[in-house]
Amino acid sequence: MDWYPLYNSLRISAISTVAVFFLGLLAAYYIARLPRLVKGVLDVVLTLPLVLPPTVVGYLLLRLLGPNRVVGGWFLAHFDTKLVMTWWSAIFATVVVAFPLMYRTARGAFESFDETLADAGRTLGLSNSYIFWRVRMPYCKQGILAGTVLAFARALGEYGATSMIAGYTPGRTATISTTVYQLWRTGDDAGATQWVLVNLAISAVVLLAVNLLESRQRGGRR
Amino acid sequence: MLHVDIRKRMGSFLLESQFSAENEALALLGASGCGKSVTLKCIAGILRPDEGRIELDGQVLFDSAGKIDLPPQKRNVGYLFQQYALFPNMTVAQNIAVAVRDSTSRETAVAEKLRQFRLEDVAAKRPAALSGGQQQRAALARIFASQPQAILLDEPFSALDSYLKYQLELELSETLAAFPGTVLWVTHDRGEAWRNCRRVCVMDGGHTQPVQSREALFLAPGTESAARLSGCKNFAAASPKDEDVFLPEWGLTLSCRRAVPPKTTVAGIRSHHVHFAAKDEVNSFSCNVVKVIDDVFSSIVLLLPSGSAIDAPLLRMELDKAAWGAHDGEKTVTVAVRPEDILLLQKS
Repeated sequence: MDWYPLYNSLRISAISTVAVFFLGLLAAYYIARLPRLVKGVLDVVLTLPLVLPPTVVGYLLLRLLGPNRVVGGWFLAHFDTKLVMTWWSAIFATVVVAFPLMYRTARGAFESFDETLADAGRTLGLSNSYIFWRVRMPYCKQGILAGTVLAFARALGEYGATSMIAGYTPGRTATISTTVYQLWRTGDDAGATQWVLVNLAISAVVLLAVNLLESRQRGGRR
Repeated sequence: MLHVDIRKRMGSFLLESQFSAENEALALLGASGCGKSVTLKCIAGILRPDEGRIELDGQVLFDSAGKIDLPPQKRNVGYLFQQYALFPNMTVAQNIAVAVRDSTSRETAVAEKLRQFRLEDVAAKRPAALSGGQQQRAALARIFASQPQAILLDEPFSALDSYLKYQLELELSETLAAFPGTVLWVTHDRGEAWRNCRRVCVMDGGHTQPVQSREALFLAPGTESAARLSGCKNFAAASPKDEDVFLPEWGLTLSCRRAVPPKTTVAGIRSHHVHFAAKDEVNSFSCNVVKVIDDVFSSIVLLLPSGSAIDAPLLRMELDKAAWGAHDGEKTVTVAVRPEDILLLQKS
């Protein structure tokens, strides 16, 4: 059995989870401080990928990153690199799709934070970044971890936008989800079943982790 | 020395705080929601006033005209929060360590504060495992570790059970007695203010009144709100008449035996100053007994003076249970108020 799809899926998910972790945290932290109207608009825009069909996300990404489009064309001209149909193209899709999960969970966690702790830290002379990483983050740890795991799971399960922007090339852009579709389409039931089982196992572990984190969060609140 | 002169609008609430404190403990006394905490937060830099000026020991912390607004980190003002705001993810020792500004002396400073505040046994524990009193000591140790120039106490005992309060109040006032700078002590408890501060600034509806000595506030409050905060419970509209006041609601004219200020609009009478009249006593009048409330150590008798108008406020008399026992069951009683016990007030 060729394990490339597993390897490819895991590295795409891992890289996009790291990106989404920081992007989601920053967005959740700063957007909470904006005026209400701006906050409402940004909130809708940033959460949209959660409810849009992945094919719509894929289409919009192609309109942006395709070789003849604004960003993709500029990139091709300056770096001689195509942004689509490579293994890492899928990262664009997974980041966009997984971002709202991280953003919304992090925001919920930050909203439960007791702001007097930050106020106390500032009157004691602690810098804002120290307070963020050493007081706010530990306080919101469980929620943020849950968001990270959910984002990873979503990235791993991405199919629609990934297949549009990265395609399916065995040994190059194939991921677990695109492989399952291809094997089924070509009548390889045994192969498809193998990958379905692999995917089921990973997803079960991830959901178990989320549940554990959430129950600890409920029990551990002071 | 702390000078505060600030205004801040929050929705329909307007805060106007203006007072100066020497290197002393000054009480900010007011009912909840009067703007005491907002004033403290403006001084600490947590909230920003709309306009005005805050100066501490000659340094300008905030000045809307000069566009100065130091961040809280640079103000050197210690703030004891109502719930203490200890960092829950750190031990007591770590909570104190983060506040030490000079990293070279951190370990010795932490050890010293742990010893000074009797926290050595709980140094390795998280705040959640501490009792209320230990949490307060830990929060104070953390504040002192940051070497503040002024300390702000926001209702320091509101998070504690009342039986713990007395002991902790003693400890806190001893700790603060050794502090050379300004202490602002926010409270709604007149006893707490009297016991711990020599001077008091009364806040009412977002406005500060002039700073006065505690004796002046409790023995001769000038306004109705100050009298109310000092524990006075009976108030009636009053109009001055030479050395007398006329109280139209009760149909009474009471002698004050002193010139009544022409601005007087309200008379205040403390419940324990209402007593059974001796024969021919001045300011005696008969009342109907409306209700008797049996309290722990005293009886509270609600009276209505015989000449009262409809809707007149009840006159509250508070006396020893035994003293009331002799009169129990009477429908009307004759009571009196000594002239010097009548508080002549302005509506604030």
